[in-house]
Amino acid sequence: MDKTILAAENLCKNFGGVTAIVEVSFELKEGELLGVIGPNGSGKTTLVNLLTGFVKPDLGRVIYRGSEITGKAPYRIAELGIVRTFQMVKPFYQLPAFKNLVIPLYSPRVKKLRGGGYGDRDDVAIDLLEDVGFERDSFVPYKIASSLPHGYLKRLELARCLALRPDLLILDELFSGMSMSEVASTLPIIERLNSEGLSIIMVEHRLKELFRIANRVMVLNFGAKIADGSPRDVMENDAVKAAYLGSEEEEDA
Amino acid sequence: MKYRKERLDRGIKARCEDIFALSSYREILYLAFPRVLPVAVLLILPLLKDVVGLYWEKVLMISCIIALLALSWDLMASVGLISLGQALFFGAGAYITGFLNHAFKLPPILTIPLGTLAGALFCTLLLSPVLRLRGVYFAIVTLTLPLLLARFIETTKILGGTEGMSGLSPLPDIWIEMYVPVLALLLCLFGFRRLINEDYGLVLQGIRDNDRAVMSGAINIYWFKAQAVFLAGLAGSFAGAFMTHYNQVVGMAAFAMDYSILPLTAAVLGGVGSFAGPTIGAFILVPLSEMLRAVGTLRVVFYSAILIICVVGLPEGVFHYIRRKYHQFERMVEVG
Repeated sequence: MDKTILAAENLCKNFGGVTAIVEVSFELKEGELLGVIGPNGSGKTTLVNLLTGFVKPDLGRVIYRGSEITGKAPYRIAELGIVRTFQMVKPFYQLPAFKNLVIPLYSPRVKKLRGGGYGDRDDVAIDLLEDVGFERDSFVPYKIASSLPHGYLKRLELARCLALRPDLLILDELFSGMSMSEVASTLPIIERLNSEGLSIIMVEHRLKELFRIANRVMVLNFGAKIADGSPRDVMENDAVKAAYLGSEEEEDA
Repeated sequence: MKYRKERLDRGIKARCEDIFALSSYREILYLAFPRVLPVAVLLILPLLKDVVGLYWEKVLMISCIIALLALSWDLMASVGLISLGQALFFGAGAYITGFLNHAFKLPPILTIPLGTLAGALFCTLLLSPVLRLRGVYFAIVTLTLPLLLARFIETTKILGGTEGMSGLSPLPDIWIEMYVPVLALLLCLFGFRRLINEDYGLVLQGIRDNDRAVMSGAINIYWFKAQAVFLAGLAGSFAGAFMTHYNQVVGMAAFAMDYSILPLTAAVLGGVGSFAGPTIGAFILVPLSEMLRAVGTLRVVFYSAILIICVVGLPEGVFHYIRRKYHQFERMVEVG
């Protein structure tokens, strides 16, 4: 539990004149569930992009299990076991849901992990979809992705990540756009994955659900880290309250 | 009494989407007919050379060559690489084959396979730095490369310069001349169709639709794109390699724009993304162009007009239209 799996050191990123991330450093322990919250535009998604190689940092390093992965191509980082969902769902729209998973299942990482006695990809895909709550004996796993409701597409994103058997899962606003009941049924899946030892970074706007399952919460505001601690500490932190509700001085002015 | 037209999918089609449930010879025929018919026609036509005449046999052969280039275009398009330079593949295959025959006196049976392989490899290496470009940016690069190579040959006077290399060995006999392109086309057509329906093909199409999601699936998209370019290069370079020995000469014309534009037009006319479409497109375009020779100078006008009418009338492509009609039946039903 106290071995560090991922460490970010002094990450900085500007887009033109806009400062997206300023000197963010944090560590993630093996098996930990770290929540990342912050108001809109505070740099949460950019942080995910920096960690997974979709965006290269201007400054700073990302260390994964003792070796530097800064600036590596996204597929190399995914191959090492850091897998992410996208906030804007990115399914392969004209494929049936289960065929969406065949693509990550085709990757060299899966081939290596599952070894030679590898079964039919379609069967593995159906099993994975069942794990994230697609009804096995219905038509849902066979439906074309473009015809699925948004909540299913979000869970399809999750299944796409799980197909790679990740070591570190980064969820970028998985719950956004999900209904209350969908959130309620997805939450236990995340908890189970975490209790099985999977390290998770969870960027989320649904604070109530996040605070219930997170071991630790980090707060970003205007690209900078303003708080990092247990959910209870973070909730009572003045800087966090100010960021979310506006500070009293501002209101006075 | 008013009527309206009702369109229904045939039952067999609905069942065929996932599971094949063939219950009678009729249904087997229904599925086999559209696949067997073109194969049979292509295989029988060369046998009828005394009836059809050598001129039209040559048209058949050119159609096969353009169809091969169109297939190679379509394979690249299915991984998201829009190419405006199939002439690059054609020219590379043609020149390497010609050079092997001219310089080392190798017979066509060696030069054509070697030229095909080396041509595809050469093009893949040449395009590998730009595989990360998308859409119109990639298209522009492919458009320029054949022009660039042609000018390079012209100014440096290598490989015969403007005159090219002539006096190359002819193909052994007329049956080879007629059947090799037909067989190569069928091999490519059914091979590519099989490939794209495998899991491998899913990855290729995934890259076209959503490359970031494929990347986050731990798949090196540039490696897969390079493989697709190589496969497409094989089809295109073979076309060039074959034509070199057919014409017994290779020159700068091998990099001509025709070999870029015709396959692209054939693919758009026939229907992108099905491999059958571009093939049908080529078999419409090339014979049509020959038939219009009778019209004289106005040929290009008629040719373009027919093309525009086709593309506007059937934007999905001839193939997709035929397939839809084949799988549906129409009937009139009473209204009210």
